[in-house]
Amino acid sequence: MAVKVNPEECIGCTACVGACPFGAIVMEDGKALITDACTACGACIDVCPVGAIHREVEEKNVSMNKDEFKGVWVYVEQVDGQARNVGYELLNEGRKLADAMGQELAGVLIGDNVDQLTKEVFARGADKIYLVEGKEFSHYSTDAYTITLTDLIHTYKPAVILMGATNDGRDLGPRVAGRVGTGLTADCTNLGIDPATGLVAWTRPAFGGNIMATILCPDHRPQMGTIRPNVFKRSAPDYTRTGEIVKVTSKVKMTDIRTKLLEIIREGVASANLEEAEIIVSGGRGLSKPESFALIEELADVLGGAVGASRAVVDAGWKPALYQVGQTGKTVGPKVYFACGISGAIQHVAGMSSSDIVIAINKDPEAPIFKIANYGIVGDVMEVIPALIDEIKKVKAAG
Amino acid sequence: MDIVVCVKQVPDTTEVRIDPETNTLIRQGVPSIVNPFDKNAVEAALQLREKYGGKVTILSMGPLQSKEALKECLAMGADEAILLSDRAFGGSDTLATSHALAAGLRKMGKVDIILCGKQAIDGDTAQVGPEIAEHLGITQVTYVSKINTVDEQVIRVEREHEEGYEVIEAQMPVLLTVVKSINEPRYPTVKGTMKANRKEIPVWTVDDVEVDRDALGLKGSPTQVRRIFTPERRVQGEMMQADTAREAATLLVKRLVEIKII
Repeated sequence: MAVKVNPEECIGCTACVGACPFGAIVMEDGKALITDACTACGACIDVCPVGAIHREVEEKNVSMNKDEFKGVWVYVEQVDGQARNVGYELLNEGRKLADAMGQELAGVLIGDNVDQLTKEVFARGADKIYLVEGKEFSHYSTDAYTITLTDLIHTYKPAVILMGATNDGRDLGPRVAGRVGTGLTADCTNLGIDPATGLVAWTRPAFGGNIMATILCPDHRPQMGTIRPNVFKRSAPDYTRTGEIVKVTSKVKMTDIRTKLLEIIREGVASANLEEAEIIVSGGRGLSKPESFALIEELADVLGGAVGASRAVVDAGWKPALYQVGQTGKTVGPKVYFACGISGAIQHVAGMSSSDIVIAINKDPEAPIFKIANYGIVGDVMEVIPALIDEIKKVKAAG
Repeated sequence: MDIVVCVKQVPDTTEVRIDPETNTLIRQGVPSIVNPFDKNAVEAALQLREKYGGKVTILSMGPLQSKEALKECLAMGADEAILLSDRAFGGSDTLATSHALAAGLRKMGKVDIILCGKQAIDGDTAQVGPEIAEHLGITQVTYVSKINTVDEQVIRVEREHEEGYEVIEAQMPVLLTVVKSINEPRYPTVKGTMKANRKEIPVWTVDDVEVDRDALGLKGSPTQVRRIFTPERRVQGEMMQADTAREAATLLVKRLVEIKII
């Protein structure tokens, strides 16, 4: 589909020029002209006061029979036989999509000795599980997992696949979408059904979190998306639930795998804590020197929380990248998020806005972080945090 | 060693602001830059060339103004740059973009290593790299934070992971996407910039590459943007009104006890 301006109707008001998020509209001879940068998002259609902009439907040569594809799948990522939380979050969200579509929800488990996870996957909402096991899956590899997921798609034809936007999920998703030849929407933060078409409406931040885009995959199947961890909640497990387990034999040969994992270097548990933590204390540039980060660590410690950092702090080398919260770092969704000396640039907010409660401490009363904070203190973090630590210790000692 | 770096010219999204009255992006005055992660990829390529010899070519797809981004990469020290530019590529989503870039790469002939940034800061999808690798049928390693050794058969790299790092050996040829911590991109020198200004940047149109036209542009894009909107702002909360840091801290802790956080 392409978006076109009808020059006969265009009154040259330039409303569309400003509305285009991609800067794809220019004025030529007093009329709006849509250039190559257009992504057919349609933002201009809505703002045109005279209805001079419209969508042209283009014929696509797609040979897929869409009606053959049924059901919602959740790829349940596991590491060493442990499922990542995001898989359970997606089962909860996938359940809603499947119910709205009147179709079944299936979990996809690929790994070595992962059948003990099936009970939990049913308990979290799946009607069915596709289970593929073998030594070749003991560690994630692009090749083995792509071959297997692609094979499952070709055999069982799901309408929708949800995957966690983890490092491995973002490695596997595009490789599979490329092989199958379908659309993949990355890093979604909201899912729904588009009422007009019945398609999955994938919503995600773009332009560094400045805008949100809702994306559809109309003509290709499966409709695929990766979803950020910690955006959706897990449902309470219901262990009375059971379902059908479809065991599928692996078609992977060892020679298919072109990468070899030589070593895993674990960087403590701090970063893992960040994504699972209920309380996160993050520090930013307001700390003014790297040594001050000890205060953040101490506050996190008395609260039993994990430590995060802003991009500025990571760029300055005070903390490794694993601690970074934000659009290009980690997405977190704790119960409580402390932003200490963090201004709250939109790129940071994109990584923590799904936190239940945000507490901001900043010297600058105009800092954007206060706009999204539930509680705020205007003050120097170097004074406020020690006082906070003190007060919390007092309350804890009394309680 | 033949190395190709795929780069994208992007608006500097850290400079993009929302107009509160019209709720639209203010793009005026927002500079176009080389996607920052792609600069890390260029730097990684230059370091590989310094160590193992060979040639570094930059490939981009975009409108003609993307030549500016390619010039900057040439000024950093790349040997050649090629731009894929054609109306037929316009409106491409990640899959269509990857088909165009893969076609460009095929035309280049023998390539040992393809480097990409982990994602572009305007779309943040991280998809084009793996999709190129898929179309070319080569090995991929994403989130690479260090390149250890390279020989004709294999490359050893470190890959960033949620829990730390993986050391991975991958068969060549390979496509790597790199993270920021891999290096500090060099600044172009004056000499480099002058040299870059003199270099021709060939523009390849759709007729110059072998590609299925149905796989390109809006026609070849399975995903479609349905709606663009500005994110909802959270409701503003309560400010702790106090004269001293101590008083403010006491007030906050009281609130945290009330809502059972402590």
